[in-house]
Amino acid sequence: MTNLLVAPILIPMLFGILCLLSFKSTRLQRILGFVGTIVLFCASLGLFFLTLKHEILVLHIGSWPAPYGITLVSDLFSAIMQLLTSIVGLAVGWYSLAMIGEQRTAFGFYALFHFLLMGVNGSFLTADIFNLYVWFEVMLISSFVMMALGGERAQMAGALKYVVINLISSAIFLAALGILYGIAGTLNMADLAVKFSQIDSNSSRALISALAVLFLAAFGIKAAIFPLFFWLPASYHTPPAAIAAVFSGLLTKVGVYALIRVFTLIFIQDTGFTHTLILVLSCLTMLIGVFGAMVQHEFRRVLSFHIVSQIGYMLMGLGLFTPLALAASVFYIMHHILVKTNLFLVSGVVEYLGKTADLNKLGGLYRSQPLLAILFLIPAMSLAGIPPLSGFFAKFNLIKTGLLESQYWVVGIALIVSLFTLYSMIKLWNQAFWKPAPPLSPDVPVVQEKVLCKPMILPIVLLASLTILVGVGIGPVFEIAMRTGVQLFEPARYITAVLGGL
Amino acid sequence: MEIILAIMIGGLYAAAVYMILRRSLVKILIGIVLLSQATNMLIFVSSGITRGNSPVIKAEETVLSQPHADPLPQALVLTAIVISFGLTAFALALTYRAYKSVKTDDLDKLRSAAMGGEENV
Repeated sequence: MTNLLVAPILIPMLFGILCLLSFKSTRLQRILGFVGTIVLFCASLGLFFLTLKHEILVLHIGSWPAPYGITLVSDLFSAIMQLLTSIVGLAVGWYSLAMIGEQRTAFGFYALFHFLLMGVNGSFLTADIFNLYVWFEVMLISSFVMMALGGERAQMAGALKYVVINLISSAIFLAALGILYGIAGTLNMADLAVKFSQIDSNSSRALISALAVLFLAAFGIKAAIFPLFFWLPASYHTPPAAIAAVFSGLLTKVGVYALIRVFTLIFIQDTGFTHTLILVLSCLTMLIGVFGAMVQHEFRRVLSFHIVSQIGYMLMGLGLFTPLALAASVFYIMHHILVKTNLFLVSGVVEYLGKTADLNKLGGLYRSQPLLAILFLIPAMSLAGIPPLSGFFAKFNLIKTGLLESQYWVVGIALIVSLFTLYSMIKLWNQAFWKPAPPLSPDVPVVQEKVLCKPMILPIVLLASLTILVGVGIGPVFEIAMRTGVQLFEPARYITAVLGGL
Repeated sequence: MEIILAIMIGGLYAAAVYMILRRSLVKILIGIVLLSQATNMLIFVSSGITRGNSPVIKAEETVLSQPHADPLPQALVLTAIVISFGLTAFALALTYRAYKSVKTDDLDKLRSAAMGGEENV
């Protein structure tokens, strides 16, 4: 039964290889690419419910026992993340059928897409920190190629920045791993947690704190937290919307996942230092992201800055570090992945219809595409935190925790940022949908076709209805998040599950 | 021996950071290569350098004979080298491609391309 744990890694690999084998036929690649995401979704759903039943599933690869071999673990957090990955995979795989051109498909978009999903799922499921590095690299190399795929001028510039900053972050991660192994002599995360809890000399403690900051920097670059976020708004608007949607939905969230995993399992000796630092950084991330978004005048740049701002909310829960706070963070990630991916998908359709992403040149979409306008409004209002959508509950729980912990200034910042998020979303709404269409310049042809029946609109409907569903069915969903938060806060069960009787 | 290696790693990191802060793309790439080499050396040294037996259990014994070198850091370095090799190759190809489409390897001029500008100057 636990063998199902490898399915979310093996299925994308299999379909990636199949896509490569059918390299000559773009039609076959499209079919395989889409079918692969459906199969992955079914397997992930299965693993999710299995984990929900058994709390923690452990698989020792090759039957090598825990600290020696590589272990895959699906606790509730991993299970939620890999399920969300497959949902994003399904939505974007579907969307790409319409929005990824013939040329990019011929250069292997679907193969790369599946390898990316494999890397992301691997990162979520592994319980070995060096293995996490390897999965990061699998994910990164696919994302590099996807970023540069097509080779437009702006894309090249964006891809270069993205590649260089990620290589630096990988080097920092690797250096941290080396030092970590030097201190503890193990790379299994559960074993590391045990070893670190036994360390009592002051000098080693200081070294561990330094190491924690090194990990914070490495994962912080990937998660785009303040002050390491500059690469994200500089690159996420350059590739096609489908690719930007996967990146925005999944890649930064892998960084957040790694941060939460490492800072709830391994580095919990000196929470007064590390978690306060995370809390301060999260506040700055929220503020800078939302202020950056205010001055932007391009659809996807506004959204990119909002990713940064939202990352701050996710880390706020980690910084507060109580079971409820972690649950709120997990719920925030769930909400954010669904909503942000959806907004990027909508931005792709807007660019397709308006032939530009510049907000000043867009307009009048509400008149010509009322359905699309509504579909934009749902995730946008959810992002801003309007009840009864998922974003309201995500923010509500974080703010409730902040008040319970008497961190009033953090709560204040979160509320202000929420207000500015609403401002930004209304700006997008006014500029792209509500205001009358600007006079057409002769080189921009008018698109009069209806987008209703195209496959590009259906995944947006899917994700939007999930957002509503999560908001309306908040009870059971938050209960799962709460169980996850408790599980993350008390890693003892994770450790015994991985290490067995040791 | 560890001291010498530590100083060398520090020097490599310094050189890498210096190169990454340059404006020319090719120099940044050299910086990245230096950075990954420095990191590889760091992993190699951080778990301690032991002069001893090879970590292979001899035919007539059941445990490793002490003292023995730790084989794991070397396996880690090997993995890291392979990955950084692939990434460097990709980064080189990307730089070349970017150079061909943007016609410059100066980062300041590249910015105008990212903004969607058509001017190269």
